[in-house]
Amino acid sequence: MAEELTRAAVSGEVTMRVWRGDDGGGEFADYVLPAQEGEVVLDVVHRIQATQAPDLACRWNCKAGKCGSCSAEINGVPSLMCMTRMDSLPAGETVTVAPMRAFPVLRDLVTDVSFNYEVAKRIPPFQPREKTEDEVTVGGYRMQQMDVERSQEFRKCIECYLCQDVCHVIRDHEENKTSFAGPRFFARSAELEMHPLDVNDRRELLRRDQGLGKCNITKCCTEVCPENIKITDNAIIPLKERVVDASYDPVAWLGRKLRNRSKKSAAEAAATSPAEGPAAVQGDDPAHGIPGPPSRWVDGDDWVQDTDAPDAGTDPHTVGAPEGAGE
Amino acid sequence: MIEYETHDYDVIVVGAGGAGIRAAIEARSRGLKTALVCKSLFGKAHTVMAEGGVAAALGNVYPEDNWKVHFRDTMRGGKMLNNWRMAQLHAQEAPDRVRELEEWGALFDRTKDGLMLQRDFGGHRYARLAHVGDRTGLEIIRTLQQKAVANGIEVFMEIKALRLLRDSDGVVSGLVGYWRPTGEFVVFKAKAVVMATGGVGKSWLYTSNSWESTGDGQAMALWAGADLIDMECVQFHPTGMVWPLSVRGILVTEGVRGDGGVLRNAEGRRFMFDYIPPMFAAETADSEEEADKWYSDHTAGRRPPELLPRDEVARSINSEVKAGRGSPHGGVLLDIASRLPAADIRRRLPSMYHQFRELAGVDITAEAMEVGPTCHYIMGGVRVDAESAATTAPGLFAAGEVAGGMHGSNRLGGNSLSDLLVFGHRAGIGAADFASGRSGDVSLDQKEIAEVIDDATAPFGRENGENPYELHRELQESMQSLVGIIRTGSELDEALESLERLEERAGAVSLSGGRPYNPGWNLTTDLPSMLTVSRCTAQGAINRKESRGGHTRDDYPKPDPEMGKVNFVQRIPQGAPRSGGVCGTPAIRSITIGSEPILAMPDELQQLFEEAT
Repeated sequence: MAEELTRAAVSGEVTMRVWRGDDGGGEFADYVLPAQEGEVVLDVVHRIQATQAPDLACRWNCKAGKCGSCSAEINGVPSLMCMTRMDSLPAGETVTVAPMRAFPVLRDLVTDVSFNYEVAKRIPPFQPREKTEDEVTVGGYRMQQMDVERSQEFRKCIECYLCQDVCHVIRDHEENKTSFAGPRFFARSAELEMHPLDVNDRRELLRRDQGLGKCNITKCCTEVCPENIKITDNAIIPLKERVVDASYDPVAWLGRKLRNRSKKSAAEAAATSPAEGPAAVQGDDPAHGIPGPPSRWVDGDDWVQDTDAPDAGTDPHTVGAPEGAGE
Repeated sequence: MIEYETHDYDVIVVGAGGAGIRAAIEARSRGLKTALVCKSLFGKAHTVMAEGGVAAALGNVYPEDNWKVHFRDTMRGGKMLNNWRMAQLHAQEAPDRVRELEEWGALFDRTKDGLMLQRDFGGHRYARLAHVGDRTGLEIIRTLQQKAVANGIEVFMEIKALRLLRDSDGVVSGLVGYWRPTGEFVVFKAKAVVMATGGVGKSWLYTSNSWESTGDGQAMALWAGADLIDMECVQFHPTGMVWPLSVRGILVTEGVRGDGGVLRNAEGRRFMFDYIPPMFAAETADSEEEADKWYSDHTAGRRPPELLPRDEVARSINSEVKAGRGSPHGGVLLDIASRLPAADIRRRLPSMYHQFRELAGVDITAEAMEVGPTCHYIMGGVRVDAESAATTAPGLFAAGEVAGGMHGSNRLGGNSLSDLLVFGHRAGIGAADFASGRSGDVSLDQKEIAEVIDDATAPFGRENGENPYELHRELQESMQSLVGIIRTGSELDEALESLERLEERAGAVSLSGGRPYNPGWNLTTDLPSMLTVSRCTAQGAINRKESRGGHTRDDYPKPDPEMGKVNFVQRIPQGAPRSGGVCGTPAIRSITIGSEPILAMPDELQQLFEEAT
């Protein structure tokens, strides 16, 4: 048994540079550990806790990429710690682990994500249509697989909030949080809007209160999504089109009034509006599941809006982060 | 004395997995002031890890399916140790509970007729599991979470519950815990409490469970005077990942086998044909040819042996590895690549495809997976009344994995999600009725609260004490090697001794840092419950001198018909002394165990089994 319990060591050491601090400030601390085969970043953080820093705070639950708890910024890239293999990072180089930047730090790698729970409360809930006579008889709704798949894509979301973290509308603009729901909740609204049974209409709310217009479709959210949800193409762009239709197209507005707002099936939508049909919402190709590096963000393109740099030593994203990670 | 805040509710539900949220929705819908208290963020509970589906006799794929068949499958899977009334209610009510999710927004995969699609799983005679690819648990938790938000249920998240509190009449009346983000203490007063805290897997080294599964609910209920039953019945899921070591134990859904995946040993043999037990021989195929016909048409052949109940498959894998026919890293090979086209695998098992590719560098559409047993689920738990989910401690209700009885000595796949819906719903009603019938103010014992807080904070005052991570590691190694899938009397005695030493040392932990979000402290306060439930499992395993379901004794390899007629019941007698030193843990060593006859099944249900054989 004892032999079986000994983890296989691979040669060398790893150096982890981990943010330590709270809402009052902090700094990066370096930890050097023996390297071990097959580990993910979260394994190494756990080994730091067990051997060097028992109070190092990080959130995690399932350690299998299913719960979305262990979000952090690894070498500047918003990632799940449990799904980032150490051997996917540059060998021999220090690995930097910082908390998500878009949310206030509670302690070390743990951030206060309550913003997201507040936004969730403001989305009008699911409201199903009445059952048909046939459905009452069989006891359940009838829906076609093709129609449920559109919303199913968004229901894969594990609420890791990496898309919220990377979104430049709120990443460095705390003031926008009161008027912007963020990619996670655009996907949630899209899921409900495309739900074959739902009859609620969220379009005016999206336009007026949730800042859908602020998104300038840079696709950063899509690039960091660990579930490979095409947030921009399949959720945000179709929502923008629907909102535009609702606000500015009097014929569509009248048509909806007359049809009592009932939603189209994917087949109907495909027949009448190519932009909203299945071709526009498919594209979850597992063969291309690994998102590429979020190059726009790492390279610091001009859309990344710089803000007044906080005092040195208080921001995990400006102190000691490797080149390319800060701005 | 450390300050604390107090909240006052009619019903407090501890745990926000499927059972907890379902209970809260029900209590709230009856107009009661209800709150959820959970250890992690809302929506992260272990329910999200459930993959393959939720079992309910909807009859959408096989119209001949009905509650009686589901009931019979469940009882036989549990080796007849189940609380028959729970199994009956479960089979009868699961279809309504699943359809209700659809009315709340869940989107299950569909049949060609547009109804909920159902898939095959081990031990279920018909394709019975409604599912969403291989992420059914996530769909269920999100649906319930969104319903709870829509209903305005208050959620207190990232709170570690330390102890239940009772009033002067001994009625459970609230709990004391602390906010993990701030380390501040908090007391909840309640007219009724629902325990829905899930399982115990974190006491084992290789487990599919998340860090939260530390047996808090079983332990708190026991400390508050409730009975536990059959705690020795722990399920080792046959297929966990085995390599790399850092992911060892992570679940590989039974859906892989339901969709056609087969198990092979190092010699390439489908070894499950060598392990068909007499109880299932009549309905299990005895050749590969026959088994393969079954997948597309259940009337063309008998079931493949890969779809025997989990306990049978896990033991068989264990035997193959022991006999030297295992895979390179000590598991066996699970092959779906040669059985389904790559595109089908990616569509039906997207999470498995992703998980193996990302974590193990294995493409499951081209290669076999290495798999082996992993600690997955505890069938034993808090003893409850089938109708109301009431425990034997007045004012306390329990539902989901924390409750015992429903699954007997072995749970069928898919029956956990349906269990938490059916009994979450019932516990919500039970607690609501109890709370509505309770008059007067709820009073709590301030001295007890102070005592719990003192115990919980004591490690900060110590120096050069024990490291909680080291204690946890030793506990896991001990339970893994001595109270694992195959058990024997001498090793179980050794386990008890080792647990006693760990209990002593847990009272000497010292901590650095402060109380806000301190994982070392969080783990320290989880240790008492882990030690308590581990002791219960070891003690139960010593007493159950037979092999049945998830409990296998090397020294008693056969089921004993007499033992099949009893539950082992554990409790802490009134007035037992508090254990010294271990934070917040009353009287671990005073736990008593005795056997009590299982509930007698009425004749008309008994007949279902006679007809079948």
